[in-house]
Amino acid sequence: MSGVAFDPAWIVELYRRMVRIRAFEEKAAELYQKGALPGFLHSSVGQEAVPVGVCAWLERDDLITSTHRGHGHILAKGADPARMFLELYGSEEGYNRGKGGSMHIMDFSIGVLGANGIVGAGIPIAAGAGISLQNRGSDRVVACFFGDGAVTTGAFHEGVNMAAIWELPVVFVCENNQYAESTPHRTVDRAPDLTVRAQGYGIPGELVDGNDLFAVLEAAQRAVERARRGGGPTLLECRTYRWYGHYIGDPAVYRSDEEVASWKARDPLRRVAAWLLEQGALDEEGEARLRAEVEAEIEAAAEAGARGRRPAPESALEDVYAG
Amino acid sequence: MPVRELTMREALREALAEEMERDPSVFLLGEDIQDPMGGSYKVTLGLSTRFGTRRVRNAPISEAAIVGAGVGAAVTGSRPVVEVMYVDFLEIAMDQLVSQAAKIRYMSGGQVAVPLTVRCQGGPGRSAGPQHSQLLEAWFAHVPGLKVVVPSTPRDGKALLKAAIRDPDPVVFFEPNVLYNSRGPVPDPGADEVAPLGKADVKRPGRDVTVVTYGAMVAMALEAAERLAREDGVEAEVIDLRTVSPWDRETVLASFRKTRALVVAHQAVRQGGMGAEIAATVYEEALDEVDVEIARVGARFAPTPFAPELERYVVPGVEEIVAAARATLERAGRAGLLARR
Repeated sequence: MSGVAFDPAWIVELYRRMVRIRAFEEKAAELYQKGALPGFLHSSVGQEAVPVGVCAWLERDDLITSTHRGHGHILAKGADPARMFLELYGSEEGYNRGKGGSMHIMDFSIGVLGANGIVGAGIPIAAGAGISLQNRGSDRVVACFFGDGAVTTGAFHEGVNMAAIWELPVVFVCENNQYAESTPHRTVDRAPDLTVRAQGYGIPGELVDGNDLFAVLEAAQRAVERARRGGGPTLLECRTYRWYGHYIGDPAVYRSDEEVASWKARDPLRRVAAWLLEQGALDEEGEARLRAEVEAEIEAAAEAGARGRRPAPESALEDVYAG
Repeated sequence: MPVRELTMREALREALAEEMERDPSVFLLGEDIQDPMGGSYKVTLGLSTRFGTRRVRNAPISEAAIVGAGVGAAVTGSRPVVEVMYVDFLEIAMDQLVSQAAKIRYMSGGQVAVPLTVRCQGGPGRSAGPQHSQLLEAWFAHVPGLKVVVPSTPRDGKALLKAAIRDPDPVVFFEPNVLYNSRGPVPDPGADEVAPLGKADVKRPGRDVTVVTYGAMVAMALEAAERLAREDGVEAEVIDLRTVSPWDRETVLASFRKTRALVVAHQAVRQGGMGAEIAATVYEEALDEVDVEIARVGARFAPTPFAPELERYVVPGVEEIVAAARATLERAGRAGLLARR
């Protein structure tokens, strides 16, 4: 574990963000299992280091594209958990006025171009956002999150290649959580890792321990700075693992208890907490207090979500067109 | 005002150039669109030389990324005009068009608009074969959130393309290939004529039968109308929808209430085509008021074949419109009356 170079006080803040994602996901899963939330729910528990480590280098007006498993990215970019819960409940006061749900949360005011229900679809969209920035001469960047499942889509190939040829300011972040729904990634991809593909597109690629916040921070810093100074895209493969199944309720019969246990032993939160204790940036009491604060915040957000105004049925016909 | 004649190709190029001049956020993205090629059908000829290669981007053969990048650019402050070389190739970009472009505004609860224009060309009439001749406007008219435009004249082509680029919503803009060299009057550039989307244009007034059509079939409908006038004494009103979705119900219904006979004609496949939608709507709306006589003209249920005589057998033209109008009037019991006029 590296991390020596980082200011412990900043890492405490990043740790808080990771705890916030975990608490949000656990609360959402609990509500979903009680039948309180309609639709589907995809949990990112176990993957928290990736969105936090990448978004740590982004400003409010930098952009991200996300996925069906997007709560972590969106929280890491600074979204309001209460408005997210409101959307999960389908409230009129949710981010998407109840028209999107978990898989489609967007907040353009903080550069969240959207979670996305279609695997790989965010990749060309990120390239297009990169064109907007490049044409304007902006130094903003786009972080494009996707899973290992997206790597086998045509959209991945087309989008990454397009960003490469025009040196667009995009950081492609693959969260390889090992499974595309139930299919092990190793069974559908002969390349040992994504650096091989990066080479194929003529761009830098890095294989990163996605459960190590510091490894993600270091790789993401290089990639974001490169994109910001006009150096073009980078492809990061962050190896990680989702603790739950593909969706909440998926018994995940396709993987062994031993495998799950081995990844839980590499809990990205515990690793950061251990480092902070070691550095003396937090003591055990302080760490427990931080968790309690975040859990109270998420509890309040969830309660706000449950109390949200229900949408008027006829509002279903609004916003089909802008003009 | 001096009358200028332009081809459809020149009129469309002028629209692109004027909008790029007017708004720096407009840019073009597509295959082979830069000079010296200037587009497979030369619509964008000269534009990369004039506006530079960042605003006229030559894309790899990547239809999903071309449309997808258009979506991403559209939601981040640009007004992209992407070119997909053939209507048929839109199939490769269906997710980006149907599940992304059409839905982002809605799904976001109205947070953003998606001012994307997707230009593509194609259609039958050139022995281009089954994979380069399709007319798929009905597919896209089925998707809430998309607008679908098909011009029939150079003047409309220019004014509608300008409207599409300025429109806040994703517009699929179908350019009938057989019309690229057709000529017609176009107002001077200074006129900045913009045709409202969703508004049909009565291309020929008439009292006896309404022919609703769009695109390449407008000229055929006008020719059919001349024949009906000459041979039958029938005055057909020809309505050019121009915007296929959302289509102009008011103009169509008002005409039908006047003529009490309707022919909906397109070269796209009849089954599940726009003709079915328009005929059903007129039937529902006008059923209680008048006798309903409606006919549909559309392609037979086969892919568009290569050999000219096969293609002509599948795809309707002037003859089919004339026959449909006559059959409609006969069913209405007005054929004899009209013949005696």
